[in-house]
Amino acid sequence: MKLVSRASFLLRITRTHGIIRRYFVVNGFDGALTMLGLIMGFLISEPTSLTVIISACLGAAIALGVSGVSSAYVSESAERQRALMELEEAMVADLQDSYHGDAARWVPMLIAIVNGASPLVISLLIITPLWLSSAGIALPVSPLHASIVVAMLTIFILGVFLGQVAGVSWWRSGLRTLLIAALTAALIYLLAGR
Amino acid sequence: MVAVKRIVLDVLKPHQPNALEFTRTVAEVGSDYRVRVMVMEVDENTETLQMEVEGSVIDFEAIQSSINAMGGSLHSIDEVEVHNDADGG
Repeated sequence: MKLVSRASFLLRITRTHGIIRRYFVVNGFDGALTMLGLIMGFLISEPTSLTVIISACLGAAIALGVSGVSSAYVSESAERQRALMELEEAMVADLQDSYHGDAARWVPMLIAIVNGASPLVISLLIITPLWLSSAGIALPVSPLHASIVVAMLTIFILGVFLGQVAGVSWWRSGLRTLLIAALTAALIYLLAGR
Repeated sequence: MVAVKRIVLDVLKPHQPNALEFTRTVAEVGSDYRVRVMVMEVDENTETLQMEVEGSVIDFEAIQSSINAMGGSLHSIDEVEVHNDADGG
């Protein structure tokens, strides 16, 4: 069985497709909002060098990634072991050597990777304009503003994805998540900008 | 050569893989297997199947391994049909 089809099979037999999708969106949203918050903070503070901003954002992105991997792995391992034990009791058999045993070992890793990669990749995407600017590439707006635009766009796309999952209007779902991002930015501006 | 042509098995399996996937996987064990499955009973976590496998030469051990790999367990062999090719069967 090829790697992708095997992963898909293990997710199917454990019915964890929905969980992995949820983790992707929830932690991706976390990553995007954290980066938005950090960049908004730098925008309303005293001017700081781009290197410091990139380091701070990168540090937060790595922490989000590691936190995503470790928290999902610990919790999903416990859930999968429990599910396997219940199934073994029902079957009155040891299922460690079956696909269910494989799933109990591999599915937590798959979920952990998605849960960690989602905020990390989204955060790296959001700070890309900062990198481009520090590499000397001219941007049409300031790098911080460009990053905020990328963050808003990413959050909108996550909303669109959620809309498609729920089978509801994609633009309404996208606008809803965009509104949350706008509210977050406004709160930061109001509370931290004084 | 004496060859098993048909067997009927009583199998207990978890709900996943579902009956379709379960049957397909068992059918993939042999190149000319025909597998028919009837779900006899459904419980909270398990279901009982009556599985009929037909083929020119049935490899029982391989079928059992395939069932076990999917988390199922063989309860009993309910019917067997064996042909002796020397008799022209």
